[in-house]
Amino acid sequence: MTATAERTTQRESRLGYAISDGWVLTKRNLITYVRKPDLLVFSTIQPVMFVLLFVYVFGGAIELALPPTIPYVDFLMPGIIIQTAIFTATQTGVGLAEDLKKGLVDRFKSLPMARSAVLAGRTLADSGAIVFQTLLMLVVAFLVGFRFHAGLPKAALAIAGACAVGYAFTWLAAVAGLWLRSVEAVQAASFTVIFPFVFASSAFVPANTFPHWLRTWSSVNPVSIWVETFRVLTLGDLYPTTSTLTSLLLRSTAWFIGFLVVFVPLSVRRYRRT
Amino acid sequence: MSDAAIIAEGLTKRFGKVEALRGVDLQVRYGTVLGLLGPNGAGKTTTVRILTTLLAPDGGRAEVVGYDVVRDAEPLRHQIGLAGQYAAIDENLTGMENIVMVGRLYHLDQAEARRRAEQLLERFGLAEAADRTAKTYSGGMRRRLDLGASLVGRPQVLFLDEPTTGLDPRGRIEMWDVIRELVSDGTTILLTTQYLEEADRLADLIAVIDDGSVIAEGTSDELKTRVGGEVLALRLADRSGVPEAAGAVLALGPGGGNVDNNTGEITLPVGLDGTAILTEAVRRLDTAGIALADIALRKPSLDDVFLALTGHAAEQADVDPVPAGRGRKRG
Repeated sequence: MTATAERTTQRESRLGYAISDGWVLTKRNLITYVRKPDLLVFSTIQPVMFVLLFVYVFGGAIELALPPTIPYVDFLMPGIIIQTAIFTATQTGVGLAEDLKKGLVDRFKSLPMARSAVLAGRTLADSGAIVFQTLLMLVVAFLVGFRFHAGLPKAALAIAGACAVGYAFTWLAAVAGLWLRSVEAVQAASFTVIFPFVFASSAFVPANTFPHWLRTWSSVNPVSIWVETFRVLTLGDLYPTTSTLTSLLLRSTAWFIGFLVVFVPLSVRRYRRT
Repeated sequence: MSDAAIIAEGLTKRFGKVEALRGVDLQVRYGTVLGLLGPNGAGKTTTVRILTTLLAPDGGRAEVVGYDVVRDAEPLRHQIGLAGQYAAIDENLTGMENIVMVGRLYHLDQAEARRRAEQLLERFGLAEAADRTAKTYSGGMRRRLDLGASLVGRPQVLFLDEPTTGLDPRGRIEMWDVIRELVSDGTTILLTTQYLEEADRLADLIAVIDDGSVIAEGTSDELKTRVGGEVLALRLADRSGVPEAAGAVLALGPGGGNVDNNTGEITLPVGLDGTAILTEAVRRLDTAGIALADIALRKPSLDDVFLALTGHAAEQADVDPVPAGRGRKRG
């Protein structure tokens, strides 16, 4: 075997190990979700309460600010679903902080396994939870009257997009978990960081009621863009927007890639130093 | 090839302003056990983290089974096992799943990982608990599971970082039995501990580490002769007399001694004049009207050694480590 061929095989087996090690840890993290269903149950109850609060308490008032063609529940659910995906993603930071505290990260680092596997396994398993959570929220959405108005293919794309948003946020959460190293600190910090993204956006109310400065932030806020895209994909022509679907999809994708480009290397670097 | 499984030369490490290691030198021959003995914060864990490739040293170098811990970290990881202070297991997995997971990460196939896990669980008395989640395990069982996980890859060198800290006496004795068995199999072990008794029982050689450097090395007997001769140990009937009694007897020895206000115990090295000093001590305490509960000349223990070497006791403020968290906290 020539040296080049040998190196190629080595690289191939490295990639193979990276995938199999990542999968071993993904499975391990998924088992935790299955064994501790309360983790998912509690993170489902909160968004359900948000749905009830917004639909039945604030809904009547907010609906007045919407074009009459749009039922508030159809406007709201895209925001709730994206919000739920983002909050579920914080579990990545919590899980990593726990593994650090318990010495599991030390164990993994002393093993001859792929360096990437801990982060890959964590973010993938939590994305599994995000998919589950998103589907569950859709069921809730249907129960309170939400409907797809633009056909199933677009609806499927919207759902996939919401899960992708959650995946992007798992990497932000990973940085927080590795940096702060404490479950409580990660939870507190996540809320503080996520708040201006989720609430200072058009996720729950139309942005045209905002003061000028807030509208400016909301219009560049990636959560607004993701939620708008979701709405156009589920409401179709009912939703009046100045942006075309193509432009929204491009901007959504750009933000998704931007998140990964920034937070994947940051968390990998942080992981190597812990 | 050298007959040393572990060689460390002049390891230094600094965390911000704290100099954790100030030049640690160590050698461990194949098939032997080195006890790295020192109080909390002496640099034991930092040394282990460097030797197991978790942390790069700022200065100095180290080799384990011929691999440089920085340059050859990857191949080295196939040769070592690490069992830590905090029982690094996943409590949501069963004992079996924990070890199979580690086996898979050593790139054993599923069947082989399972076989290996069965062997190890059997060996460490966990076969019956194999299918229970580790959450239900006692502290001692967790440590044994952790140790089992560290042996999956059949390591040549095993690092045990305070393997019994925080265990109850029974768990500690069980753990000692398990470790002694490994030793008889010929595994090279570097064991850190703050318990002198543990080093005395398990280690062939003891390196005493304090404040980031190794201050003495030798067999337990060699270290004990460092104290020189015997130790006079006396215990007062009434602890309130301790300061006065200490004033009366400490000056009798060639230098120093230890006073424990809590137990009313005073110990001092007496060299070879044991009998004369004992007689004089009894006379003085009698004159001062201080009643004794107990007085004896004895061979020095490792405690005495540690005290003589460092000027402070080893098991200072025995702080229990945080127990492996039960359940997940939710904010």
